[in-house]
Amino acid sequence: MYGRALKPLALATAAGAALAFGLIFFYAPIDADQGFIQKIFYLHVPMAIVALLGFLAGGVMAAMHLRTRKRVWDMRSYVAIHLSIILAVGVLITGSIWAKASWGHWWVWDEPMLVSFLIVFLLYAVYQPLRFSIDDPERQARYASVFAISGAAFTVLNFVAVRMAATYTHPRVFSQTGGNMPREMFFTFLVSLAAMALVFATLWTLELGSKNASERLRRARRRRGREADARALGLDDTPARTAGGSPPAASVSAATAPR
Amino acid sequence: MTRAALAILRKDLRVELRAREAVPAMALFAVTAFVLFHFAFDRDALDGDVAAGTLWVTLLLTTVLGVNRLFVAEREQGGLEAMLLAPIDRTAIFLAKAAALFLYLVVVEIVALPAFAVLLLGPDLLGSLPALIALLLLADLGLAAVGALVGALAAETRAREVIGPLLLLPLVVPLAIAGAQATEPLFTGAGAPEDLGRWLGLMGLYATIFVLLSVALFDFLLED
Repeated sequence: MYGRALKPLALATAAGAALAFGLIFFYAPIDADQGFIQKIFYLHVPMAIVALLGFLAGGVMAAMHLRTRKRVWDMRSYVAIHLSIILAVGVLITGSIWAKASWGHWWVWDEPMLVSFLIVFLLYAVYQPLRFSIDDPERQARYASVFAISGAAFTVLNFVAVRMAATYTHPRVFSQTGGNMPREMFFTFLVSLAAMALVFATLWTLELGSKNASERLRRARRRRGREADARALGLDDTPARTAGGSPPAASVSAATAPR
Repeated sequence: MTRAALAILRKDLRVELRAREAVPAMALFAVTAFVLFHFAFDRDALDGDVAAGTLWVTLLLTTVLGVNRLFVAEREQGGLEAMLLAPIDRTAIFLAKAAALFLYLVVVEIVALPAFAVLLLGPDLLGSLPALIALLLLADLGLAAVGALVGALAAETRAREVIGPLLLLPLVVPLAIAGAQATEPLFTGAGAPEDLGRWLGLMGLYATIFVLLSVALFDFLLED
């Protein structure tokens, strides 16, 4: 069953987010170079990392769908990619704000992370149009999975390509190892990253649960509709009452009415 | 599998030779785009990064036309169903389609490159030709793989004329990066760039990844 893990997950997320915000505003030091605006780093970078991992996870889940042929894996992949697209919009907006505050421009082309995100976002923006312009649900799941796997591979490749093209003027808040960042900043960053991951996990579980619930509701409704039709047409278990010969026209109109 | 792929490729080339649906349209599109670029930039001759960008953007957009044609005719006239009924590996269909697209692109470039040199390019083309040919062939390989995959993906959708290009354009950004970066020094008259190998490497990586992906995933696109 979906949704059982939702409650502890939501509580953990609330605690994690509160802790992260507390650390960001009261614990982490103000950046000597960039000042207060540097604190957007604790939102922007975790969001970028989580969105990226979401796209990759969507690809892995899609591969599981193609392997096992279970619809649930396609649903998981779809929800992960859906959430990552929303996070990617957030990454682009926060990145843009940061760029404006740091360099005075809303958009800079020499920041590889932001540029890569724009390209990846433009690709994944086609995911939903592609998915929903295929009618057959089974084929829809298959094609979306192929897209998700190709997209995940492309995401990695694209980062390599954009990094090769860029002149490195990205504000190096921390280098690859995180060595030159004060320990307080790095700790705050890690907590923010964990909080963002929890937000993603909660939303993913919630969305999956709601998708599952509405699917079951639709199925139940269809079954009830069918039973009502069958009763009206005299096809159910106790046909004795209607077998007496009610006029067919009346029963047909009755069958169409309750829907 | 090779025999089946060759047979499908031969069929595609014969159709193209008789009906001339894709290649002339692509070549015409490329030359018309050069004319548009002339007026858009209001320049008689381009060089350096602008020339490199113009050439690569034109070629990548031309690919969109070829990809759109690749499976649509098959779908409309029921050729695909016949192929799926035949006891052949699905990968053969991918290989044939990618090979056909590759050949289309090579022919289009044989027309478009001289046209570009005559119409727009400032510096002499001949000196940079070997490096440029290597770049174009490797890029065509990647384009053929990604084009066949996207063509098959988009062919099943309701709005395939829209979905195909929207899907293809972000996917070819790495090729645009590598192509334009590597061609720019060629068109400034500086001779072959030192980091040509790097960009060829990126294009090779791109082609390898998408060939492997397509071979692995193509079966799932043609299941019914």
